[in-house]
Amino acid sequence: MTNSIGEIEHNDVLFIIGSNTTEAHPIIGNQMKKAVQRGSKLIVIDPRKTELATMAKYHLSLKSGTDAALINGLMHIIIRENWQDNDYIAKRCTGYESLKENVANYPPELVEEITGISQDILYEVAKLYSNTKKAGIFYTLGITEHTTGTDNVMNLANLGMLTGHIGFENAGINPLRGQNNVQGACDMAALPNYFPGYKACDDKKNIELFEKYWDVKLSDHIGLRIPEMFDSAVDGDVKGMYVMGEDPVLTDADANHVRKALLSLDLLIVQNIFMTETAKLAHVILPATSYAEKDGTFTNTERRVQRVRKAVEPPKGVMLDWKIVAEIAKKSGYKGFDYNSAEEIFEEIRKTMPTYAGITYERIDKDGLQWGCPDLESPGSKFLHACEFIRGKGLMLPIEYLPPAELVNDEYPVLMNTGRMLYHYNVSTRISDTLEAISPVERVEIHPEDAKKHDLNKDSIVRVTSRRGTITANIRITKRVQPGTIFMTFHFHESPVNELTNSAFDPVTKTAEYKVTAVKLAKEA
Amino acid sequence: MISITLNGQKMEASAEKSILEIARENGIDIPTLCYNKKLTLFSGCRICVVEIAGRKSLAASCSTRPLEGMVIQTHSDKVLKSRREILDLLISNHPEDLFIQTKVGNNKLQEYAKEYEVLKGSYEGEKKNYEVDSVNAVYIRDQNKCIVCGQCVNVCDQVQISHTYDYLGKGFNTKIGTAFDLPISTDNCRLCGQCVSACPTGALIHKQLADIEPAKITKVRTTCPFCGTGCNFDLNIVDGKVVGVTPLEEATVNGTELCVKGRYHSDMIGSKHRLTTPLIKKNGVFVEATYDEAFEYIIDNIKKIKDKYGADSLAGLSSARCVNEDNYIFQKLFRAGFGTNNVDHCART
Repeated sequence: MTNSIGEIEHNDVLFIIGSNTTEAHPIIGNQMKKAVQRGSKLIVIDPRKTELATMAKYHLSLKSGTDAALINGLMHIIIRENWQDNDYIAKRCTGYESLKENVANYPPELVEEITGISQDILYEVAKLYSNTKKAGIFYTLGITEHTTGTDNVMNLANLGMLTGHIGFENAGINPLRGQNNVQGACDMAALPNYFPGYKACDDKKNIELFEKYWDVKLSDHIGLRIPEMFDSAVDGDVKGMYVMGEDPVLTDADANHVRKALLSLDLLIVQNIFMTETAKLAHVILPATSYAEKDGTFTNTERRVQRVRKAVEPPKGVMLDWKIVAEIAKKSGYKGFDYNSAEEIFEEIRKTMPTYAGITYERIDKDGLQWGCPDLESPGSKFLHACEFIRGKGLMLPIEYLPPAELVNDEYPVLMNTGRMLYHYNVSTRISDTLEAISPVERVEIHPEDAKKHDLNKDSIVRVTSRRGTITANIRITKRVQPGTIFMTFHFHESPVNELTNSAFDPVTKTAEYKVTAVKLAKEA
Repeated sequence: MISITLNGQKMEASAEKSILEIARENGIDIPTLCYNKKLTLFSGCRICVVEIAGRKSLAASCSTRPLEGMVIQTHSDKVLKSRREILDLLISNHPEDLFIQTKVGNNKLQEYAKEYEVLKGSYEGEKKNYEVDSVNAVYIRDQNKCIVCGQCVNVCDQVQISHTYDYLGKGFNTKIGTAFDLPISTDNCRLCGQCVSACPTGALIHKQLADIEPAKITKVRTTCPFCGTGCNFDLNIVDGKVVGVTPLEEATVNGTELCVKGRYHSDMIGSKHRLTTPLIKKNGVFVEATYDEAFEYIIDNIKKIKDKYGADSLAGLSSARCVNEDNYIFQKLFRAGFGTNNVDHCART
């Protein structure tokens, strides 16, 4: 997020695209609802009628995967009406001319045809967003989990820059990060292309720097991203995998392909607190510790580094995660793994990452600190890009609309969207007896028209089949979804939705298109 | 700023703040049941009354601002007598288990009854007789213990903004209910439990914490392990086990707000499904092992693969659920140890 959670309540316009905030980020959702009660206007762009959509001034129920066309259409109108912020563009951005040229090709008539959103609504939304100072963009995986995810994100940046809405309190671009520490895991460079602190790991200077920090020779080329790891495993190039704290068999797209990849390995190490679907395929399982049993830090979506504290002892005999990794390293003869505590690791993190340099366990004992925090005097950064963008001039890049990788046809006529729901979180919360009691089964959201077409009532079981797999599940008949579309979560191993999803991925991030799968429905029972 | 005299002490005070706020800033504890600084004023319980010189009746300090020269007593005999009377009326109408019931978190009615030594109600008469609503998975609603302070209604309207509750009926028969007076369920409630934390009586109680003795609890502040919001809360621990979650006012991101997952997930931690011993698969079956045996197996096999196919034949998945320190050391193992950049995590999922 370029802004902070505490700013949301005071935004005048919230432009929320591809985020079911009140279910996936309930407490941030509350701040948005408070903003509405204060008189803020919501623009909600989502194929589904989410809770926020029911409170919105404008709910744009677009066709799935047409986000780029929609944003281009809004920018077309903004430029046509001369609502752009010329001063801001001249001072802080580059690339305006080519952006302008590109969006000229997206007149409202065409955009209406692609997205299904009427020209009048496009005009009103463009006007409201561009003419409101305190207007923030919020997005989640509804934007990124497409084959065009990177393009979508860049296009939202274009929209923000065009209207001069980035780099201020209450105005910015705010990805709501899905997982408790996805920001931190990226910062720490659990990524194949960076060293800690987003330093490209194929850059000679950075390699030298980290060879000095770690006193060892390092690889000179970037590594494999998750889908490439699985492809390489199937091809026989990756032979050994070590999976800590993840369950890719349930969470990654095209589960049957993932399973095949893991089964072809010579060595699969799984470190987890539960016997996951992935763990069942392992050669060796290392029991690990939960967040309540360890010290450490999480970095939240607003870049706030906060303490995790040991509250109870782990189950008898179970080792801390970092100790397991350190033991494997030390027993293998590697240098630089002689830590005595999580805090000692954090001290090394501070030394290698300038944005974390000013953060210590002592300083974040109570409130946490938002990076960038370069020294011990720094109060942290509430919002980013204040006077200029971190990279210098903000780059506007023309983005073309490309349809989703998979389209509906006569055989697979229904479009399936996937996501989270309020009562569960990914694949582990069903272990909680309480949360399981609240929500014990998947309920596919299906429009009354489609239910009727397939002779389904509220107690029916539906069979959902894609080109890659077939599963069954209970249903919920609701107008939250459009006719011809269904929505499923990925929380339930009995109806493993990722056996259906398409692993076609974004060419840059390799994020799979979880949000668009063509399926067919049939009554099972 | 104006000058006032508070409990005999002359002081400067803001005319924009309530007497309650000024008193609390000066370390004077005035009891409150319906007051919540995050919510609009309700001023219904009257327990916060104070005496203002020259005025015939007592004033509710939560909704009274000071005037120049005002002389205020927060604990005069008249005030204490009035508070005892209010407590007497409330307790006369309360089931008899007021001093037996335990409630983790907000249990102010019981605390004040003890503090003001009102151990029994002196009024006899009709009592409420409502059915207890306990069909949902997370909390119990007992309207017989409700003092109609409005905290649950207001917190749901103004903080959670789900509008689950409203006042039903009039006078003595006023109670808090849902639309059509149905029991709490996922159809009418998001089960966030914020009303339970706000309720100062035993009318709303978390099931997970229902049988826990508050005095036995120790609390450890930590950060929620689910979405990216980064809420802070206290894990409640009894005899080395996590028994539940309570909010803490000073949490930067979320204050006292929590969602259903943050508040009720903690029975996962001590789950019987936890893995407790390393396992090595032999002939297709997992066999228990020690960590040392598992490490030896891992190191041997990694060496074999690395020697034969090179470092890039190894790959690792770290996790957005794990702490920074775990992620850092994991990528360091792959880069500085094994010698490959093949490390990634579920940021793409």
